[in-house]
Amino acid sequence: MANGSYYNSFYLIFIPLLPLLGAMINGFFGAVIQTKLDKFYIHFVAIATVVTSFVLSLAGFIKLAADDSVLAIYTNAWTFLSIGSLKVDVAFILDPLSAVMCLVITFVGSLIHIYSTGYMKDDEGYWRFFAYLNLFMFSMLVLVLADNFLVMFIGWEGVGLCSYLLIGFWYKDVNNAKAGVKAFIVNRIGDVGFVIGIFILFWTLASISSGSGAVYTPGSAIHAPNSYASLVFADIEKTLQDVSIRQVFVAKTLFNIPAVTLICIALFIGAMGKSAQIPLYVWLPDAMAGPTPVSALIHAATMVTAGVYMVARLHFLFALSPFAMTWVALFGAVTALFAATIGFFQYDIKKVLAYSTISQLGFMFIGVGVGAYSAGIFHLVTHAFFKACLFLCAGSVIIGCHHEQDMRKMGGLSLYMPKTNLAYLIACIAISGFPFFSGFFSKDDILYRAFINQNMVYPGMGILIWGIGMAAALCTAYYIFRSYFMTFTGVFRGDPANLPKESPKSITHVLLLLAFFSAIVGFSDMPEIFYMPNLFHHFLEPVFESSRGLLHFSRGSHALEWLLTGLSVMLAFLGAYAAFYLYKDAESRLPTRLLSFESKPVRWVYRLIYNKYYIDELYHITMVKLVMAIRLIFNWIDQHIIDALVNFAGFAGKLVGTVAGTADSKGVDGMVNATANTVFTAGANLIKIQTGRLRHYLGVALAGGVILVIVNYIFFN
Amino acid sequence: MNTIIYAVLFYLLAVMVVGSAAYVAVSKNIVRCAFALVYTFIGVAGLFVLLSADFIAATQVLVYVGGTLVLILFAVMLSSRISDVKISNRSVQFIPGFVVTCCFAVILIYIAVSGQWPIKDVIEFSPTTAAIGNSLLSRWLLPFEVISILILVGLMGAVVIARHKINSKGDAK
Amino acid sequence: MMPQMTPSLVHFLIVGALLFACGILCVITRRNAVGVLMGVELILNSANINFLAFAHFSSQSLQGGIDGHVFALFCIVLAALECAVALAIVMAIYRNFNKTIDMEELTTLRE
Repeated sequence: MANGSYYNSFYLIFIPLLPLLGAMINGFFGAVIQTKLDKFYIHFVAIATVVTSFVLSLAGFIKLAADDSVLAIYTNAWTFLSIGSLKVDVAFILDPLSAVMCLVITFVGSLIHIYSTGYMKDDEGYWRFFAYLNLFMFSMLVLVLADNFLVMFIGWEGVGLCSYLLIGFWYKDVNNAKAGVKAFIVNRIGDVGFVIGIFILFWTLASISSGSGAVYTPGSAIHAPNSYASLVFADIEKTLQDVSIRQVFVAKTLFNIPAVTLICIALFIGAMGKSAQIPLYVWLPDAMAGPTPVSALIHAATMVTAGVYMVARLHFLFALSPFAMTWVALFGAVTALFAATIGFFQYDIKKVLAYSTISQLGFMFIGVGVGAYSAGIFHLVTHAFFKACLFLCAGSVIIGCHHEQDMRKMGGLSLYMPKTNLAYLIACIAISGFPFFSGFFSKDDILYRAFINQNMVYPGMGILIWGIGMAAALCTAYYIFRSYFMTFTGVFRGDPANLPKESPKSITHVLLLLAFFSAIVGFSDMPEIFYMPNLFHHFLEPVFESSRGLLHFSRGSHALEWLLTGLSVMLAFLGAYAAFYLYKDAESRLPTRLLSFESKPVRWVYRLIYNKYYIDELYHITMVKLVMAIRLIFNWIDQHIIDALVNFAGFAGKLVGTVAGTADSKGVDGMVNATANTVFTAGANLIKIQTGRLRHYLGVALAGGVILVIVNYIFFN
Repeated sequence: MNTIIYAVLFYLLAVMVVGSAAYVAVSKNIVRCAFALVYTFIGVAGLFVLLSADFIAATQVLVYVGGTLVLILFAVMLSSRISDVKISNRSVQFIPGFVVTCCFAVILIYIAVSGQWPIKDVIEFSPTTAAIGNSLLSRWLLPFEVISILILVGLMGAVVIARHKINSKGDAK
Repeated sequence: MMPQMTPSLVHFLIVGALLFACGILCVITRRNAVGVLMGVELILNSANINFLAFAHFSSQSLQGGIDGHVFALFCIVLAALECAVALAIVMAIYRNFNKTIDMEELTTLRE
């Protein structure tokens, strides 16, 4: 920690609290307000609360920026729980990192609230929508302002819940409901990782007692008076700054794996789920079932970046584990490229943007993975602006085309929707990294830092990651301009009797404002080669101060930086030109040409990419197989232990009968069927494990508890 | 209190409580179970007296023996035809249940015996009613009020559930 | 060493544990729903014994001692309430599941 002090301010609590208030008003009384009064009051409450918390965030930000002696603004609302020496407060902290996040969230959030008044105008669930949006703002602000793991986890789960509610907003269509459930479940997998990470971290810290590497004994974490166990970020950071403690901490192992690596990997799994990285990204494209403002706010600008924020927030842990950093960066790089290629052949405009989001999140993970935390966060900020802009343009286009999302039925929209066209174009330019637009500065900063970083476990890894990132940047420019050309140029291919028309002002004004910011926000962090102060980087510097000594970057030169920048600009132009060449007037015979290609591999690759690498199908198959296997195991238990021999005899007889009978009558061909029948029979028998009898459930739970105690006694006593 | 009388009372009550509880758990006749439960409750009330909890012991007798048990007996009468009574409370899968429960009991007793419980120096027997009254209306006022509301809601809910006949579609008529 | 014979905290805890075990056994083996409820009552009683035993033997202040009593009181009240609601549910089950309260036949949870 740099010199400076905390500034106590109770007002901080209002930043998250106001949206909660709005959510409560709209949630409890929204239906009445909407029918008895007017929709105006609903969005007035929603927007007023969010804008006020934006103003408060801005005030906090200015305080931090203007007064160097203030390290962070802090408020302790109340004590959440207090067990022995472990004390967890509901405390919020506004340091430069969370200040930046708060500004982005509340600013983009306010704009999207305003946009939604136009977008959701005719929806009967108007009040419900704004209540959810406000609840989301509350959860997200709690997440970023939290000063300890527990409060962060509350926000973390809260945003997951709101995401689920909003994806399934139009729940009457069963597909939307399914998409919501999918997002929820995939997120849950990540959350398990997050929780396990917190547990291991707490356990490891508790097992360090002052002076020596004492052995952990059950219960000591609670009773040890001078234990380092804490859930508060600042405390952990301070503890680990002590070199001797840090050495003990790093030397700790669990199952012969360094505990710190385990912690970071587990936490990263949490980040993977929330930030849609390989292999847990599958929920994000489906999440596009929600209303478009939701896609823009939650699934592009804010919630999905929570994982990146978490890694940056815990920089002092990740910096201790080069192994974990390597994997974070590598997963980010691979995801960036992988998702960008899927974007090549998608026709649904929102799906293109969804894969683009996954890809850009990959870039952010490269940034935080190689130790360039401020660069990663900077990309998060710029991305929030241009991706929100892109999504909201897509929403505007979808409304304009009367709820059509297929780009093959669009085209020529620049004539009908000039303002949307302009905003979309600027955002495209920003995302693909054309010079002097925001994406250019942030993406180049990340890739340059990846190139010169020396924090990876294997030498040369940085250059590999840089290479993958460059390829992903090229793909980005291509797919995003492809979507632009397919949508806005050429002639309109939809129903000529039903021409698209420009959206209302509440939409277009927001679009242009966001486009303006996508264009200029990059200037806040110019690289050194332009001899300009990089304000953003300096602003965040105190936050990442403590891990700076642990990270190493080779001394890059200006020449190198110019070279790499030039290269990436060239790639951006190349990608955009390729899109122009192939999809010039929104007409392309590329897919058909690829399909009619002579060589099989080309067609095969096209099919592979077009079908999104069959990942969903793969999960489906493996999951089904897995569940089947588990069912078989349970079936075995059921047959042998619970209902013993009688059922087994019947089952075996049936099985043998089925197999023998089918083999007899149908020969070799029948064997295939027999296998299938076996599975069916197994399934039918297997259902017995779920007896529906409460006492079975209670008894098994009790037996499980007994077994756990016995195992614990045998192995740990 | 005389230590020997105290010990004798304790063991008598303990045997009564555990014995009748075991009878509740294994008996085949539900009416007998219900009466064995009376003995358990009274025994527990006796134990409460030994723990210097006079007010709670009285409440236990009033609420459990006077209220809960009558309710249970009513339910027994209403829900079983009297001719079924003898076989109406059979056990199922008694052996695995018994094994699991025994393991669990052993674990609990092990914890009780091996735990380092803080013990206070002077154990006194003093009336508690006044102190409980003060405590309920000062320190525990909010939970007290919440529970009052909960009882109201619960009783109304019980009436609603017990009165309405629910047809196969699940809506009350 | 001879185990201590005069009743102490541990003795009461053991009685509580045995009562609890009886309750659990009752809950997981009974076929009659009312029988299951009786098991639940036993479990709640065992919890009360523990509350009061700790209040009597362990709590350092008078106030803490009274807290145990208050909890036991709440527990008794809630048990009575639970009994009322649960028996109402039993009656509803009796009417809606072909005049039976046999737990073996109430397996709609699996559907």
